[in-house]
Amino acid sequence: MNERQSIIVKRKKARPSDMVLHILINISAAIAIMLLVGIVGYVFYRGSGVISKAFLTTVPSTIKGTFGIAGNILNTLYMIILTLLIATPIGVGAAIYLNEYARPGRMVNVIEFTTETLAGIPSIIFGLFGMIFLGTALKFGYSILTGALTLTLMVLPLITRNTQEALKTVPDTYRSGALGIGATKWYMIRTIMLPSAMPGILTGIILSIGRIVGESAALLFTSGSGYLLPQTGKAFLEKIMQPGGTLTIQLYLCMSKAQYDEAFGIALVLLVIVLIINFLTKFLVWRLNVRK
Amino acid sequence: MQQKKMSIISSYKNKTVIETVAQAVFMACAFAAVFAVISISAYMIISGTPALFKIGIGEILFGEIWKPSAANPSYGILYVILTSIVGTGLAILIGVPIGVFTAIFLAETAPKQLAAIVKPAVELLAGIPSVIYGLLGILILNPLMYKAECSIFANSKTHQFTGGANLISAVLVLAIMILPTVINVSESAIRAVPEHLKSASLAVGASKMQTIFKVILPAAKSGIITAIVLGVGRAIGEAMAISLVSGNSVNIPLPFNSVRFLTTAIVSEMGYATDMHREVLFTIGLVLFVFIMLINVTLTKILKHDNQKNN
Repeated sequence: MNERQSIIVKRKKARPSDMVLHILINISAAIAIMLLVGIVGYVFYRGSGVISKAFLTTVPSTIKGTFGIAGNILNTLYMIILTLLIATPIGVGAAIYLNEYARPGRMVNVIEFTTETLAGIPSIIFGLFGMIFLGTALKFGYSILTGALTLTLMVLPLITRNTQEALKTVPDTYRSGALGIGATKWYMIRTIMLPSAMPGILTGIILSIGRIVGESAALLFTSGSGYLLPQTGKAFLEKIMQPGGTLTIQLYLCMSKAQYDEAFGIALVLLVIVLIINFLTKFLVWRLNVRK
Repeated sequence: MQQKKMSIISSYKNKTVIETVAQAVFMACAFAAVFAVISISAYMIISGTPALFKIGIGEILFGEIWKPSAANPSYGILYVILTSIVGTGLAILIGVPIGVFTAIFLAETAPKQLAAIVKPAVELLAGIPSVIYGLLGILILNPLMYKAECSIFANSKTHQFTGGANLISAVLVLAIMILPTVINVSESAIRAVPEHLKSASLAVGASKMQTIFKVILPAAKSGIITAIVLGVGRAIGEAMAISLVSGNSVNIPLPFNSVRFLTTAIVSEMGYATDMHREVLFTIGLVLFVFIMLINVTLTKILKHDNQKNN
């Protein structure tokens, strides 16, 4: 009885270095968690007082002395839709090529390497490139189109990667079955692969929306900072070629002008959007797994 | 007469044409990325090199005085380059250990319910736009730094007071920004370590900490290096978040100096720069681009080398 007790005691004796490491781990986790809670909490605390119906549905007016972000919300929506319209076909097409058509070899390596590189370039370089190439060389100037094309480059790796992952999970038996009864490759991709890979593609799209909403450095020199709402039906289309500041750009401008209350209001709106996007992604992943 | 439709049973000629067109379209999409990288590199080089030759590579890269609007303009960006290197390095030194330890906490030592709450919260933080970090930096960090500055340099006659916008503020903001990325990627890497390695280590009598630091972390090395690469990429490329917390003068990167990074230099002056000033800003962009390519290529090579060694 005594011997058994002494073995147990020896096993539970902690090494001093272990305790130090354990403490370090807990301190780091505590710092990270406190930062998390602090950031989200502070933004909610300072931003909630600013949010009102007027804030969300009007544009800044110097005459009335009011401030509103409706124009910026619309610009952000335009940016998201335009970017996705351009980036999704290209991204999905690239993933289809890499997965279905290309033979493993030099070319595929080059394409994958450049896609990875594209994902690692910081946003300000995209902003400079967009300004020089799209804004000046192609004469698009400061416009939502320029911003959307710049963001397309940034978002392309996300969509390509996610679509590739999704295509890889389609069982080979689907492919062999379809080709076996005589379907052509494009027919098979259109009717079997793409629908099966749809959750993965949607995940890529939602992640891209998150990236687009949060982007600021790439847009500062490409889409400018307009904030007015279009007044006529035709103006909605013309808006694409005009400068438009998204929510993040407006936040940056408010920050530099020391309008901190408005800035926190915008920050809160952005935070809520990020929250919604996060939930959507989790929900999609859950649906994916449930289906399997 | 059967209608010629797009179906399995349509004519062979139609099928081949559609097939070739589809393949060509997809190939074009795939090469879009290649084309993009080539054009970005080309344009950065084209816009950045004229100033290098007009003013002289040595003078720009190793000059210490940045006075682009003076009567006798001087375009030295040595301190700017040093600031980016030192600032990123410090941010990594602070952010990576905290991040990796927190990842260990989430993957190994945390109680299940706590981990289930914290992990989604960290993923949420990873998606927050960087300007919000800048906003909090200005309102919370800067006043703190100012108080620290006043107390440390109370009797100094030579120190330029910056109101709290200095290298330390920028480094702290950068460290906080890279935390979510580092935590997420490291945590995935640690979770991906095969269970049998951990069980084997515990079975031969190693303690939990020994198992974590001597078995699991080395096994997760490539994932953690990926996390560091992503962190470095984010830190060195960040412009908006630190532009208002780092001050705006070109100085040696000492902790309490108002400094300028490669990125903030571009952002603050591009709006109104003209002619030669503008060209030098593009040169700064080129220097940044070269740095990032070097870091990416080097770290990818290290990763590949490690993978090959392990396999």
